[in-house]
Amino acid sequence: MSVKTLTIDNTPVAIAEGATILEAAQEAGVSIPTLCHLDGVSDVGACRLCLVEVENINKLLPACVTQVTEEMVVHTNSPKLQEYRRMAVELIFAEGNHVCAICVANGNCELQDAAIQVGMSHTRFPYRFPDRHVDVSHSQFGIDHNRCILCTRCVRVCDEIEGAHVWDVAQRGENCYIASGLSQPWGEVDACTSCGKCVDACPTGAIFRKGTTSAEKERDRGKLEFVVNAREKREWTR
Amino acid sequence: MDLNELLKVADAERKKQKAVRVHCCTSTGCQAANSLSVKKNLTNSVIDSGLSDRVEVVGVGCMGFCGRGPLVQIDPEDTLYEEVTPEDAPSIIDALNGEVAKPMQGDSQHPFFTRQMRIVRQHTGKVDPERIEEYIAVGGYQSLYKAIYEMSPTEVVNEISKSGLRGRGGGGYPTGLKWATVAKMPGNQKYIICNGDEGDPGAFMDRSVLESDPHLVLEGIAIAGYALGANHGYIYVRAEYPLAIERLQKAIKQAKKYGILGSQIFESSFDFKIDIRIGAGAFVCGEETALMQSIEGKRGNPIPRPPYPAESGLWKCPTLINNVETLANIPTIIRRGADWYSSIGTDNSKGTKIFALTGKIRNNGLIEVPMGITLREIVEEMGGGVPDGEVKAVQTGGPSGGCIPASMLDIPVDYDSLSKIGSMMGSGGMVVMDRDTSMVEVAQFYMQFCREESCGKCVPCRTGTVQLYELLTKILRKQATPADLEKLEALCQMVKETSLCGLGMSAPNPILSTLRYFPEEYQELIKNNSLHPKVAL
Amino acid sequence: MNKIKLATVWLAGCSGCHMSFLDMDEWLIELAKYVEVVYSPVGCDLKEYPENVDVCLVEGGVANQDNLELIYEVRAKTKTLISFGDCAVTANVPAMRNMLGGSEPVLKRGYLELANETPQLPNEPGIVPELLDRVLPVHEVVTVDIFMPGCPPDAARIRATIEPLLKGEQPKMEGREMIKFG
Repeated sequence: MSVKTLTIDNTPVAIAEGATILEAAQEAGVSIPTLCHLDGVSDVGACRLCLVEVENINKLLPACVTQVTEEMVVHTNSPKLQEYRRMAVELIFAEGNHVCAICVANGNCELQDAAIQVGMSHTRFPYRFPDRHVDVSHSQFGIDHNRCILCTRCVRVCDEIEGAHVWDVAQRGENCYIASGLSQPWGEVDACTSCGKCVDACPTGAIFRKGTTSAEKERDRGKLEFVVNAREKREWTR
Repeated sequence: MDLNELLKVADAERKKQKAVRVHCCTSTGCQAANSLSVKKNLTNSVIDSGLSDRVEVVGVGCMGFCGRGPLVQIDPEDTLYEEVTPEDAPSIIDALNGEVAKPMQGDSQHPFFTRQMRIVRQHTGKVDPERIEEYIAVGGYQSLYKAIYEMSPTEVVNEISKSGLRGRGGGGYPTGLKWATVAKMPGNQKYIICNGDEGDPGAFMDRSVLESDPHLVLEGIAIAGYALGANHGYIYVRAEYPLAIERLQKAIKQAKKYGILGSQIFESSFDFKIDIRIGAGAFVCGEETALMQSIEGKRGNPIPRPPYPAESGLWKCPTLINNVETLANIPTIIRRGADWYSSIGTDNSKGTKIFALTGKIRNNGLIEVPMGITLREIVEEMGGGVPDGEVKAVQTGGPSGGCIPASMLDIPVDYDSLSKIGSMMGSGGMVVMDRDTSMVEVAQFYMQFCREESCGKCVPCRTGTVQLYELLTKILRKQATPADLEKLEALCQMVKETSLCGLGMSAPNPILSTLRYFPEEYQELIKNNSLHPKVAL
Repeated sequence: MNKIKLATVWLAGCSGCHMSFLDMDEWLIELAKYVEVVYSPVGCDLKEYPENVDVCLVEGGVANQDNLELIYEVRAKTKTLISFGDCAVTANVPAMRNMLGGSEPVLKRGYLELANETPQLPNEPGIVPELLDRVLPVHEVVTVDIFMPGCPPDAARIRATIEPLLKGEQPKMEGREMIKFG
């Protein structure tokens, strides 16, 4: 296995060939905002928050899926990137019905954190106020589509780690929603093992444990990491 | 089948064909105007007038002048009849006996026809797309034979590279380079995909090629298969093209029967099969990665590139994906050579391009023109200009393209000139707009299209197009401020630079190009806004 | 020394932001040295929004005709307008009625479907302000100069926003302490 050396925001970093810019940035201690990325599952490059500039390449590249190359020079925080990231987060807030004050994930939400990270004090885009529903048909969990940002982490965690593929995306464009089973109520989907990995994977309060109220959502990300490590690296302890 | 047998089939077919051929268009457009009844009546009239020994009526593909269908054309005298009704049939046949020509006679020497240069559409309107023998009679499948027996795969790739052919789906990527990349990729399993998911509003070039000359496309795909070492091809056609699908299915079946597709093609060691995959109505499936996801049976969402399909495409195998029109150029390039092909067109854009000429224009239809022709020649000479008015702008490239103002009509139509002025060649839609057209409304129309066709995967395209659409609506309702205009421009840049696939990246183009060439239309709506005076900020 | 003219306005919100303002406790006395409260539901009893206000904290979204008229007036007569709390910044909880699509279904739901006694729609033109079809954040109606999110913003955040203004400086609205929603 060979090693690639590159520069991220003027910090030199060496990392194994095949690693992504995002992994290299973590190595270099550079924080790149992400929303659809989740350790342990495949990357889809959908949220566009992790876009970075690479010298001599005339388009922005998603750090989560772009592999490092030798002597690559990466900039993660130019004024243009800062502006685009902020706009992306504003667009997400304007798209759904994100009412932090009454959300289970208040104070423990990656979208809320992203807003702080990109310096969003308000959104410049008019709120859409879509009419979305809440599915609490499952005995232990609920999904509130108002809070969903369509990152598809739940889809991937259920498919790739649990192997149940309960979730997928239905419809297109602004009408997309996360569907359970064959667009049935979640509680009626036989494939669901009630493992709760989607709850842990969800960056916002969209998928939650019943009985939690405002600001009470907790996640066990360690569990996902443990399962992946146990399978791939045969590490059986947490 | 070997070459002799192929030539024999061609000979037999030519002998069978009668001295006078009455061509009646049976493509979708003319069928919608009742051309099947016209054809039936023509056939009956031939029998009734006792001309069956020297006259035959043949259902053919698109003749191009779709705005005046149903079209009937007679060879060898080259008479054209337009807007033919079933009742006109007897008089058309009578005219063959020297009767007076009828008023529906069109002008086959109109610049609309004479300024064309037909390579991809060379047989359309002349051959029956449902009979492989007619295609063979005009030299069909001889290029495939030539490639297999007279050229090495590398020589085929080099020939395509030398021809200067570029992708006709819109991007204009050099076809030879794409072929060479796939050819050089290691691996035993490779795929060829023909992209027939034509979706731009106002574009119907690929439909016409598939409906009118399906064997030409099959031959192009098979040559690509031979050159690249692939044994399996897919044609991805949108479900909205049922006639194209039906004719392709027939064509594949006929070609297999003759041993031109399948195993041991022309008794060589080259095996190649072609399957059809039908799209379910998503515009985004014309994007190559989404298209491949769709063929694999998954949701048609684009995935980030790299890896490019040439490296890791269908089922992670090296895959060539070319547009219908691109592949339809291949047999002729192989037959007549790269030098001939590259003598047509401009420095960086070789050959011809088919355009679907629509909008406020006298002559609607399909035209195939050499690259480098000016927009003015197309719009004013061939198209006959705007009826009762003046051209304001020409939109090329569909929802990914831009509006070109009338003042720039003298630019040559080629990849580089069009992209330099903020539009693009696109797949070939060309919508002419007159002075009464509001360019802000045009931008809004295309944005509505993109908004509805966004797959919803990436944030900028899914939500940015909605906000762009709403901003345009606000401007059109005269409720926007100068700040809104700034926001519109900033969001356009953001969506363009941060979207995942070509759909999102090019979605703002209609706004950006109308802002560039028609800023006064936006300014006017904002200056005269009807906002509450207290919000005058 | 000329005192800074401070106003606070309460639109469609729960008044929690104003309660949080009062949470500044003894610093309010310090603040009083620098400002003259010219209009506020918690600070004075004037009914007319005066001219030449220097700073105004606006709590709440714009939900009805009354809110709309007031915010236009506030904007016209105020130098620095601050969206004060999540309802002003995002329309927040009051805007959850927007999903019902218009004022009519909201009124029907509230006054007819859920009514136990004498169901009827409120209708007193000129006295009961009419609902707007949608509750809007303040900046979708008028220009806002400073955004102070939070539900409510805590006393420290309010102080950190106002204090620089007293010295003629702009507050830095960044970081978790200053701009976390909720």
